[in-house]
Amino acid sequence: MNIDKKLFTLKYSPDIQSHLKPNKKDCKNCKTKACTFICPAQVYEWSEEKQELIVRYENCLECGACRIACEHKSLDWKYPKGTKGVTFKQG
Amino acid sequence: MTDNNKTDVIVVGAGPAGIACAITLARAGKEVVLIERGSFAGSKNVFGGAIYTQPTKEIFPDFETEAPVERCNIEHKFMILGKKDSTTITYRKEDNVSYSVIRAKFDRWMAEEAKKAGVILVEETVVKELIKNGTTVVGVRTELEDYFANIVILADGVNSLLARSIGLRKDIETRDVALSVKEVIKLDKDTINNRFNVGNSQGVIGEIFGGAMSGILGLGFMYTNVDSVTIGLGVTLDDLVENNYRPFEILEQLKQHPSIAPLIEGGTLKEYSAHLIPEGGYRKVPQLCDNGVMVIGDAAMLVNNLHWEGTNLAMISGKLAGETAIQALDKENYSKKTLCEYEKALKKSFIMKDLKTYKDLMNIAHARKKAFMGYYLNKINSFFEMFTSVNSIPKKEGYHKFIKSIFTDRKFTELLKDIWALLRLIWSILL
Ligand SMILES: Cc1cc2nc3c(=O)[nH]c(=O)nc-3n(C[C@H](O)[C@H](O)[C@H](O)COP(=O)(O)OP(=O)(O)OC[C@H]3O[C@@H](n4cnc5c(N)ncnc54)[C@H](O)[C@@H]3O)c2cc1C
Ligand code: SF4
Ligand code: SF4
Repeated sequence: MNIDKKLFTLKYSPDIQSHLKPNKKDCKNCKTKACTFICPAQVYEWSEEKQELIVRYENCLECGACRIACEHKSLDWKYPKGTKGVTFKQG
Repeated sequence: MTDNNKTDVIVVGAGPAGIACAITLARAGKEVVLIERGSFAGSKNVFGGAIYTQPTKEIFPDFETEAPVERCNIEHKFMILGKKDSTTITYRKEDNVSYSVIRAKFDRWMAEEAKKAGVILVEETVVKELIKNGTTVVGVRTELEDYFANIVILADGVNSLLARSIGLRKDIETRDVALSVKEVIKLDKDTINNRFNVGNSQGVIGEIFGGAMSGILGLGFMYTNVDSVTIGLGVTLDDLVENNYRPFEILEQLKQHPSIAPLIEGGTLKEYSAHLIPEGGYRKVPQLCDNGVMVIGDAAMLVNNLHWEGTNLAMISGKLAGETAIQALDKENYSKKTLCEYEKALKKSFIMKDLKTYKDLMNIAHARKKAFMGYYLNKINSFFEMFTSVNSIPKKEGYHKFIKSIFTDRKFTELLKDIWALLRLIWSILL
């Protein structure tokens, strides 16, 4: 089963603003781009064309792994606003 | 709460730690505000999982009959997966040591109980930062308002950005957390009863080693709920980073293992989720108290990962911090010295004692993971493969070949290192 189908089982109320803000300069120089594979919701994708990360923050599961794994420790990471983000019905 | 938004205690985070703490205070007649960022308590929370009867009863004496529990676990399966084969040790006893629960239901129930006891629960509210007066924490800043209290207790879970913001703990390293992904798979009740060989309200816990997680610090887990089966795994974040692994791909592989697939066959995915597990252990427990503030539960790294124990450490640390807060409120003294009674109580309890018992476990496991989480697990399966095969080769030859392989598969020095690591581990656990 692919990740989109998995994420489809979740209830989200996305904010209009991203709560995840990578540091563009650091991302350009980042060797591992760890966030693009460790994220359990595949929120980050590196765009070769734009030379920046595409951030699908609305899919975020709010686990915090990308903040810790960021090669440059420069990912500006916050919880979404109180009424926003993911709601687990099972957990 | 008074007009100036001041209360006795603010607890941040309505997970097991925060709720246990808040209810302890409310039962003693103290005014407590419990702030939770999710739309309800439990809505942001993910675990395996099982809650443990004895510690849960310390906070909720009647939970077995009143709380939304799923199944009472009567069997533990320890499954060692090879590529295609597996070896399982099963321990079964009709007892009530633990129950499977769904956090979205169970945490919500606990929070309702807390409300009944007088706790003021504020949901859908993120605490953005702590408010300090000099060196003392005096309140919290949320998106909408500031709240003030004599004591602020941080129960904001594994990421605890709040404890970090006031320097109580350092930033988490990738080796000190496991990233866990899990799926809750819907199956009908009778199918679960048949497949797991249990009655209607009885359940099974599976702990899964090897397989898709061979050679990395990862463990899989399986739990039975009333009409669903949970399957998931946790892998240390440094292993994911180093190996370029996508966590959900490892889970897909695990689900396809011939010993796992039949258990979940025909089920439909109800929910996918992910969460971090603190794995730093004893050596990474942060500073637990300061002027006006205490840290409890996952925020304080209080998890015994080998035993999948977290909710119990959370609840009991919450209770102990609550008891310290009651004394502090009675004395009207909220200094670090007074609040450090909590740290002393924690040290006397099973919590710090257990973490201390396993203080070397993770270091040794990190150093020898290829051997202990890979090679030897495979060896167990190959032993049973040899033992059960019927191939007209004399048994003695089979045994000799197996024993010889241990000395030829790997360098002799590696073998010595493994033995040394094992002895050190046993030594550190038992002495
Ligand atoms: C995959 C997995 C399997 C596990 N299996 C088991 C198991 O089987 N048995 C077991 O006992 N333990 C298990 N654990 C561990 C257990 O879940 C945790 O130890 C336990 O939940 C910790 O409780 P807590 O209250 O400290 O933190 P949490 O349960 O994480 O609660 C923290 C709360 O704080 C809220 N919060 C966070 N930040 C803020 C903020 N800034 N403002 C407002 N609210 C905030 C969160 O929304 C959350 O409700 C498992 C953990 C995982 C991840
Ligand atoms: S790991 Fe950090 S620096 Fe690297 S691409 Fe991701 S966010 Fe950018
Ligand atoms: S918090 Fe977790 S789910 Fe969200 S973007 Fe980061 S790694 Fe992905």
